[in-house]
Amino acid sequence: MSRRPFDPRLLRRVPATRRQFSALGALGIAAGVVVIAQATALATLLAAAADGRLDRPALAAFVAAVAARAGVVWGQGVVAARAAATVKAALRTELLGSVGTRGPAWVAGQRAGEVATLAGRGLDALDAYFTGYLPQLVLSVTVPVAVLARLTFADWSSALIVAVTLPLIPIFGALLGWQAQAATERQWRRLSMLGGHFLDMVAGLPTLRAFGRVRAQVEVVRRMADGHRVATMRTLRIAFLSALALELVATLSVALVAVPVGLRLLSGGLTLQTALLVLLLAPEAYLPLRAAGAKFHASMEGLSALDQSFGLIGDPPARPAATASVPAGEIRLERVTVEYERGVALRDVSLVIRPGERVALIGPSGAGKSTLLGLVLGFVTPTSGRVLVGGVDLATADLDGWRRQLAWVPQRAHLFASSLADNIRLGARNASDEQVRIALKAAVLDEVVDALPDGLDTVLGERGHGLSSGQRQRLALARAFLRDAQILLLDEPTARLDAASEAAVLAATRRLVAGRTALLVAHRPALLAEADRVIRVEGGRVTADSPVGAPA
Amino acid sequence: MSVSPSPERRVLRLARPYVGRLLLAGVLAAGTELAGLALMATATWLLITAAGQPPVAALTVAIVSVRALAIGRGVLRYTERLAGHDAVLRIITEVRARVFATLAARREQARSGDALSRLVSDVDAVQDLLLRVLVPGAAAAAVGALALAGATAVSPPAALALAGGLLVAGVALPAPPTAQTRRPPDRAAPRRAPPPADAIDLTHGAADLAAFGATGTALDAASGRARELATLERRLAAGGGGAAGAGVRAAGPTPPAVVAAAHSAGVDGVLVGVLAVGTLAAVEACLALVTAARQHTELRAGLRRVADLLDPPALADRTGDAPTKLRDVTVRYRSDGPPALDGVTLDLPPGHRIGIVGPSGAGKSTLLRVLAESAAPSAVGGLLADAHVFHATVRENLVLGRADATDDDLAAACATAGLLDWVREQPDGWDTVVGEDGGQLSGGQRQRLALARAVLLDPAVLVLDEPTEGLDPSAADRVLAAVVAGARGTVVLVTHRLRGLAGFDHILVLDSGRVVQQGRHAELVEAPGWYRDQWLAQETAERGYLSAA
Repeated sequence: MSRRPFDPRLLRRVPATRRQFSALGALGIAAGVVVIAQATALATLLAAAADGRLDRPALAAFVAAVAARAGVVWGQGVVAARAAATVKAALRTELLGSVGTRGPAWVAGQRAGEVATLAGRGLDALDAYFTGYLPQLVLSVTVPVAVLARLTFADWSSALIVAVTLPLIPIFGALLGWQAQAATERQWRRLSMLGGHFLDMVAGLPTLRAFGRVRAQVEVVRRMADGHRVATMRTLRIAFLSALALELVATLSVALVAVPVGLRLLSGGLTLQTALLVLLLAPEAYLPLRAAGAKFHASMEGLSALDQSFGLIGDPPARPAATASVPAGEIRLERVTVEYERGVALRDVSLVIRPGERVALIGPSGAGKSTLLGLVLGFVTPTSGRVLVGGVDLATADLDGWRRQLAWVPQRAHLFASSLADNIRLGARNASDEQVRIALKAAVLDEVVDALPDGLDTVLGERGHGLSSGQRQRLALARAFLRDAQILLLDEPTARLDAASEAAVLAATRRLVAGRTALLVAHRPALLAEADRVIRVEGGRVTADSPVGAPA
Repeated sequence: MSVSPSPERRVLRLARPYVGRLLLAGVLAAGTELAGLALMATATWLLITAAGQPPVAALTVAIVSVRALAIGRGVLRYTERLAGHDAVLRIITEVRARVFATLAARREQARSGDALSRLVSDVDAVQDLLLRVLVPGAAAAAVGALALAGATAVSPPAALALAGGLLVAGVALPAPPTAQTRRPPDRAAPRRAPPPADAIDLTHGAADLAAFGATGTALDAASGRARELATLERRLAAGGGGAAGAGVRAAGPTPPAVVAAAHSAGVDGVLVGVLAVGTLAAVEACLALVTAARQHTELRAGLRRVADLLDPPALADRTGDAPTKLRDVTVRYRSDGPPALDGVTLDLPPGHRIGIVGPSGAGKSTLLRVLAESAAPSAVGGLLADAHVFHATVRENLVLGRADATDDDLAAACATAGLLDWVREQPDGWDTVVGEDGGQLSGGQRQRLALARAVLLDPAVLVLDEPTEGLDPSAADRVLAAVVAGARGTVVLVTHRLRGLAGFDHILVLDSGRVVQQGRHAELVEAPGWYRDQWLAQETAERGYLSAA
């Protein structure tokens, strides 16, 4: 697969960079001018020196040209790094924003990891692309053009040879580069697998230790690392060889220019100053093209990060303006079918949940219980059928407004990398410390928090690192308590809890559901006592629906 | 504690077997630069001499050398890169093996994902130290010294001017990046942390945010932090580009200074040109030191971390026969904290089924760990808490339990754990890759895989820590019964589910690190206490569930 060196979608997606790209272009043109000025001054200086004279104006011009070149190099570095920072920030925001606009169903599963990695460290690969590759790419256009123009003016026959041989670099580069790139991409997967292998082994050390395989595994790690070396060398050999070929092409081209110049100089057909100018300028024409080619491999990672980002962001879906406000009332599913890529989750389900009812959903895992909750939350859109609340179809409803009436305790609540208090306030940002305390006590989490040195200000690590599963579950309950919503959706709130924590969470749940509408997914039996109606879901269908206490 | 050698020196000590290759790479790198310098100098000499229209014979040697140098430079660069990368990758192999062995010897718990990925980039720092700092740095220094010697031979005053330029390019300029770049990354580091954390929160927590109407707030906060980081990066950009620009600027005045010095010393016009062009090349070569110094500063922190992991202590796998009794075990995780286990005694008569139950945090998993570490894995082992599933095939994960297992052995173990049907359904069968930490499996399948591995180990004492976690109740009972029935030796089971313990020979109830009750199931359900309360609660609930279901 050949990739374009510049992705035009960048200009469209991140308009803020247009100015920076124009600046890069202007600096590239300036670089071309400065290269010519420097070579002209040096040629004049040397020609004078050969005559035993010191050409002071040329000396001053040379120093000035070098200073200007320093300025241009500095400017390019600054502009490129600024562009990188702007693009990274914009793409980060857009990537994460696209999660917000498309809803949680879009990001579920593998895609969450993909987006998180990309928006996290993945975009940092753009630094190398912007600061290393892009300025070179600009130079590889402006400098050869400038050099050709100057040479045409000074000695048109040399200019002709340069003009004819210059395309050889991109042609050879493309031929060799494609070859190398195909090989690189084949190797790439293998390399990252080997890199991942080391990480996997370190992550699994406690398990290896438990099976007494650590000593044997040291040898395996060494062997795999050696395999890594052999594979890398194979790739590098191709890459280096193509670089060598390009260098030789450039060298031969310069020789083609230099030989006639030397002969004409010998026969007196050319002045020394012009000859020196040609000799100094000719290599400059080939250099930026080769440099850009050499950095292309390094930039590949950045380009694929860009490509992946644009692919994920895509075009925002045109969701019809859905603003109908949802009144309180019964929740009604009318012949709802939900199909995912991997199969049908719910088939033709109709049911009504009246205000104040406490309904338990039971059935084997994968039966469609969580999908039912997802429908009510508005995360899942029915493939056919409707979900109505108080007579309003959720497809046309203002979902944020509807969700304000809900509190949700998922199977595995996500804990955010901020303080405990912020985590509990997720659904009620303005709740007072006193209210948070009450919610904590209700969720039987107050003792745990009191035992922490920083109490409610304790900052949680990545994904709630530092809390046990039972404590996380109770934190999710505390969120729901603080939310104080009329309708509760609980997805197996006692999963993964030991009996003692389960009892505590059950007691908390009992207090939570009192006097509210509740939809409880119950895998474990203890929760059933809280329900006054049990619905059994199997294979995507409702197979039983009976009030608790009624004769079976 | 004695002062330890610098991290660079500790890394280089590892490189000793490959010092010949590294040296070769350095010599070739210097050769490449020198060939470039000589090429420019000779070509200039050729042109200026040719302008005097001498007989062609006087130029033959120079013409041949220009050709040789032009081709030689490319070939030298190619061999240098191959030799350098080969040497460095060999050293990296050694580094990886040693880091792994050191970590293996440290008996620490699993690391977080962030710490792990940092470990990988730390190892890469060693590669960069050799390839981007040491080899080019040494080559640049060699080229500078040789150029200086050559210039001295032609004209000492010109050499003095060159020395000044080289000092600026090779010594004065690399020094500021060392000082200058040391600070900004430190300032950027704390702000660089939020984007990955925000990314995780907004993706993995997308449903939670949406349900609680907090998506907008979280997104605003995240993009605010991303903008803050961008502002900081933009500010740092001015400093970074500055160093490169300063290099070019410093290099600039040197050739004119050399020309002026040589001219006033009355050097021949041809040689003045050669000196000027040679100076330009030499100073440019020495500017590589600026980049090298910059790289070095960025690498230091990683090098320091990795250097601490390069001297693995001798690794010994656990040995010893299965114990028949653990006497009076006390474990404290923190010297000032309460004990996790407090004088627990555990009898292990061969062939017995022993249950360990109790509220969470009672010390059950700790007791299993102490037991597992008391003997060789083939004597005591099984399924411990936090079992890792490797990003490899089903077979490779299973044979950790028994290296010489046949397909029949694998099938038998998987049948016991209830995984066999799934394996048979997979197109790749035993060679199905399970994904990072078993990510391609469902929670239940992952647990069954870990359990099958424990069954395959078939030790004298099989320890099982919550072996049916993540399975639904009826599957859990089935699998547990099959595993316990199939074990040839003693079984020690930690569980929160009391069903299935009825047939056990002995049950220990732990609370706060102490044994509070023990006996057989039938005795324990009769006696008042934690066990009976739990049993009744679980049974009532289960019966209600089953009747409702």
